Amino acid sequence: MTAPASAPALDLNAKLELYRMQVALRQFETRAYDLFLENYVKGTSHLSLGQEAIAAGFAAAMRPDDYTFATYRGHAHTLARGVPMTPVLAELMGRTNGLMAGKGGSMHLTSVEHGVMGSYAIIGAHLPIACGAAWSAQYRGTEQVAVCFFGDGSTNIGAFHEALNLAAIWKLPVVFVCENNLWMEYTRTTEITAVANPAADRASAYGLESIIVDGNDVDAVYEVAERAMTRARAGEGPSLIEALTYRHGGHSRADPGKYRPDAEVAEWMAKDPIPMYHARLLAEGATEAQLVEIELSVAAQVDQATEEAKAGPIPGADLLMKDVWADGGSAWRN
Amino acid sequence: MAQLTFREAISRGIAQEMRRDETVLAIGEDIGAAGGVFKGTVGLFEEFGPLRVRDTPISEQAILGAAMGAAMTGLKPIAEIMFSDFFAVCWDIVVNEIAKSRYMTNGQVTFPLVIRSGNGGGLRFGAQHSQSVENWAMMVPGLKVVVPSNALDVIGLMAAAVRDPDPVIFLEAKALYASKMDVPDGDIVDTLGTAKLLRQGSDATLVALGAMVPKALKAAEELATAGINCTVVDVRSLVPLDTATILREVSATGRLFTVEENPRLCGWGGELSSIVSEEIFYDLDGPIVRITTPHIPLPAADALEDMAIPSVQRIVSTVSESMSA
Repeated sequence: MTAPASAPALDLNAKLELYRMQVALRQFETRAYDLFLENYVKGTSHLSLGQEAIAAGFAAAMRPDDYTFATYRGHAHTLARGVPMTPVLAELMGRTNGLMAGKGGSMHLTSVEHGVMGSYAIIGAHLPIACGAAWSAQYRGTEQVAVCFFGDGSTNIGAFHEALNLAAIWKLPVVFVCENNLWMEYTRTTEITAVANPAADRASAYGLESIIVDGNDVDAVYEVAERAMTRARAGEGPSLIEALTYRHGGHSRADPGKYRPDAEVAEWMAKDPIPMYHARLLAEGATEAQLVEIELSVAAQVDQATEEAKAGPIPGADLLMKDVWADGGSAWRN
Repeated sequence: MAQLTFREAISRGIAQEMRRDETVLAIGEDIGAAGGVFKGTVGLFEEFGPLRVRDTPISEQAILGAAMGAAMTGLKPIAEIMFSDFFAVCWDIVVNEIAKSRYMTNGQVTFPLVIRSGNGGGLRFGAQHSQSVENWAMMVPGLKVVVPSNALDVIGLMAAAVRDPDPVIFLEAKALYASKMDVPDGDIVDTLGTAKLLRQGSDATLVALGAMVPKALKAAEELATAGINCTVVDVRSLVPLDTATILREVSATGRLFTVEENPRLCGWGGELSSIVSEEIFYDLDGPIVRITTPHIPLPAADALEDMAIPSVQRIVSTVSESMSA
């Protein structure tokens, strides 16, 4: 079986759903930031503002039983798989109605029932783990695919290279997606990387095609995702995709992102995936009223999730000693 | 009944579980056709084939990452880290990922996996291939830690580890690979978290682990000829820890000697001493004494390595001096 040259074209309704998802991710992250400023969201948070098209495009190409492996910048990838807003927001706020009852926090969002197999906060660690899920799918013969998202900074850590090699030699059904937002935390990625394209230029070392996609164009992302998923399901092995994008804010909540030149920020704000897609949908026959309806209904959803999360109970001591072990407990002695 | 070496017991234990459950897979470096560098997986590749007994590159993070991802999606992998010293290059996967993820996700994921590794000294391999790292694993919440001391326990504890739904670090004392014992035919399944009383005496209790167990037994024999009768307890499992058996046997004699291969600081005997002091202090008739490797990297030369790791002679002299003090 060979992968089709291009993915099946999306109809307008499907594209409106892609718009809805991107708007939802944008409004959710904006609200998460506001709630942080109001001290409802504690600790740290790494937002996907500006990078929504990658999460939305990939999720649309995935089967419900496919696996997502995300990083600490994982709110968008979690929501894109269909996890409701309330438990995600409540998790950021440390409430018992959170996705993990407050035990994981912003950087470890997980929802196994939605195929979200975890968000990992040690750079690169989840690439080999995604290989394991793909190995399992291969052994069980389920045609499931593991999709593993990571940033440009992850391409310089050893686990990236160990995982790419293992995936290639075992022909694993895994799709590695590098979200290249040009900045490794506070440092320009090209300054600390031996090649210009941190993922794509490494692909040939593992016998893989060099693939770069405009990560701010959700249609382009969907198409490249669909091709890679088809290839993986057909037993043809892994793909490594570099999606070019830009984060609208700093690395984390503590970072105002001042190191970025104004002209660069302006250039990328002009390529904001959401207004860009808004304009395209109008050109393709959607009405302004349809798009406004989407924006307003998402806003109502975010407001409702905010209220529900705020109303969530604060975790009690009963949760503290639970679930170290599969028996639900934490005993280490008799 | 058949006489088995410790290394043969490893492959028998794994094969027993792989025959029973087709979701049990083995991966590691050279474990396939080569049968493992320590010959602990001989015959598995021939019986179960390349899909279930899979060679890997020298990529310890990939090995354990793959094992973790497989375990959270329905398989029961047995991963080999050839020398436990190599845990240092993949400890992130063990500590930050495998050990914590069940807790962090409020119980959404389970990790039924076993990580086997050749542990400890005695083979003159020098400081990077001889460490005893059981204390590294013991101090991490979320890991179970098993250290068998003989072929029979290898099979039974391997079966228990594979059947356990939690991650188990299974440390194989390299110094014991060639040791032999008679092992009954048929399936053998033991229980995690159980220490074993190997010898009963009235004067002192020696608590030992892994390669130190046969040395403690030999020392107890010698001490008996000098009139000091020792109980010997094989800890077998550091997590869960069978404190009930250990505390009972220490209370009975009033003296505790730990025999540990790990370097002194933060060895498992330190934790045990703390538990004994807190809970049965008034049953003690004298100080707790820890017999350990000194706090040094292990030297390569046979003469030096033999001085470093607790020997039968050191156990005998330490116990007899302390008992007559």
